[in-house]
Amino acid sequence: MAKLNVNLCGIELDNPVIPASGTFGFGYEFAELYDINILGTFSFKGTTKDARFGNPTPRIAETPMGMINAVGLQNPGVDKVISEELQKLKKCFNKKVMANVSGFSVDEYVYTCEKIDKCEQVGWIEVNVSCPNVHGGGMSFGTSPEAAAEVTRAVKAVTTKPVIIKLSPNVTDIVSIAKACEEAGADGISLINTLLGMRIDLRTKKPVIANKMGGFSGPAIFPVAVRMVYQVSHAVNIPVIGMGGVSSAEDVIEMMMAGATAVEVGAANLVDPYACKKIIEDLPRVMEKYGINSLEDLKTLL
Amino acid sequence: MKQSIFRVKENTPLTSTVYKMVLVGDTSDITNSGQFVNIKLDGLFLRRPISVCDCEGDTLTLVYKVVGKGTEQMSKMCSGESLDVLTGLGNGYNTDVSGNAPLLLGGGVGIPPMYMLCKKLISEGKSVSVVLGFNKADEVFYENEFRALGADVTVTTVDGSYGTPGFVTDVMKDREYSYFYTCGPEPMLKAVYKTSVTGGQFSFEERMGCGFGACMGCSCKTITGYKRICKEGPVLVKEEILWQN
Repeated sequence: MAKLNVNLCGIELDNPVIPASGTFGFGYEFAELYDINILGTFSFKGTTKDARFGNPTPRIAETPMGMINAVGLQNPGVDKVISEELQKLKKCFNKKVMANVSGFSVDEYVYTCEKIDKCEQVGWIEVNVSCPNVHGGGMSFGTSPEAAAEVTRAVKAVTTKPVIIKLSPNVTDIVSIAKACEEAGADGISLINTLLGMRIDLRTKKPVIANKMGGFSGPAIFPVAVRMVYQVSHAVNIPVIGMGGVSSAEDVIEMMMAGATAVEVGAANLVDPYACKKIIEDLPRVMEKYGINSLEDLKTLL
Repeated sequence: MKQSIFRVKENTPLTSTVYKMVLVGDTSDITNSGQFVNIKLDGLFLRRPISVCDCEGDTLTLVYKVVGKGTEQMSKMCSGESLDVLTGLGNGYNTDVSGNAPLLLGGGVGIPPMYMLCKKLISEGKSVSVVLGFNKADEVFYENEFRALGADVTVTTVDGSYGTPGFVTDVMKDREYSYFYTCGPEPMLKAVYKTSVTGGQFSFEERMGCGFGACMGCSCKTITGYKRICKEGPVLVKEEILWQN
């Protein structure tokens, strides 16, 4: 019997598959399609202190084997997330959910995380210091070790749940940032957020996306993600969640061989709403094919 | 929403750029006119959203214009080939509020969703007038199909090479109607908004990521709050529209 379960920061997951923030809403819409309790967990839509509409449209562009988005953290704000979205989720999801939090100042991160930390449904807090689509916040905290550590320290001071820092690949040395977060008390690291990208429409002679640039994701970025997950997981002693272009059970296993404890699936959900369900159902077959008995053992292979 | 495999029964050009594709499959989630489907195509990452032109039994008709790689690939498909399709997307038109003499205004590739709507309104015993707007004579399609449903049909062309010269709104301003429904390019929708003297419903187009409400890629601001074109839309009522520019 293949062992799919993994332990993520002290909480047992039935399997390592986690839909990534921004590709799964607050879960309940996918629950109309299948029982989302089959998931390890999922990371809900990036939440900020105040409600945000996000960027003007078009927010989406296609690329070979991927896409670019510049949604800009559209969300109803932390109070409504807790009073409305999480209540709807409660009716269809009985596992711990991963809360994804973003901010525009250290104080905003602290404010939102402190409130989210009190929600019983929340198992982990994934702190996004890597959103490429907002100015004066998001990614700017994830591009220097000092700023990332400052956010980590401040959030850890007001929370009791495991804090996972989600890192940006748009940096010269991701290892130094991951290490700074670990030293500041992070319980885990997740990576990679999207790569900053851009497309130009030859007919209109303008950028496809209204915000000009956006976050590049999808299978095209998978090798970059595997490389960075490998580098970071071999430099820190806290669990790493690998993500970036994962779209099959084989990709999940490859990410875990690179050193990931669990794996997030993003853009694949947008093309196939059943992507995570299919990956979970496919994992035992692929494990058997490659003679893998337990997923937990994979991260120490390399 | 349902994900299923459809088989291409027919794929024929109506004009030099507009094609009609007839698909056979599980249409059970298509519950309303004005909804759309989202199609996966080999080698392209994102699905392509296409409005439903007609749906009868297990037969789904799409009328689409070749505008990029995805629709170009669709235009080359032959009968017997299969497609991965998400069906039952979007809210669609509400016909309960149409009154007895609704006016339908379609512009170019915004015309297809008007067909299933027209069919529904006529089946409800309403007296339907349709205005179909094109740029020029060789772009005209579906005029006879609308007539066959029993609608009063007027065709306009901007250059006057066919039908009534001018825009759909040139016809609209002289008509009496109980309510209106429209789909077409945004400048046309804005003109219809200004010209209209009753309530109405507008179908919008936007670049989408998923097409089923997950990614927030197609959000717009309305008087009643933020809406996703793919989920709470693509049909918005006149009273809630906030034009962005």
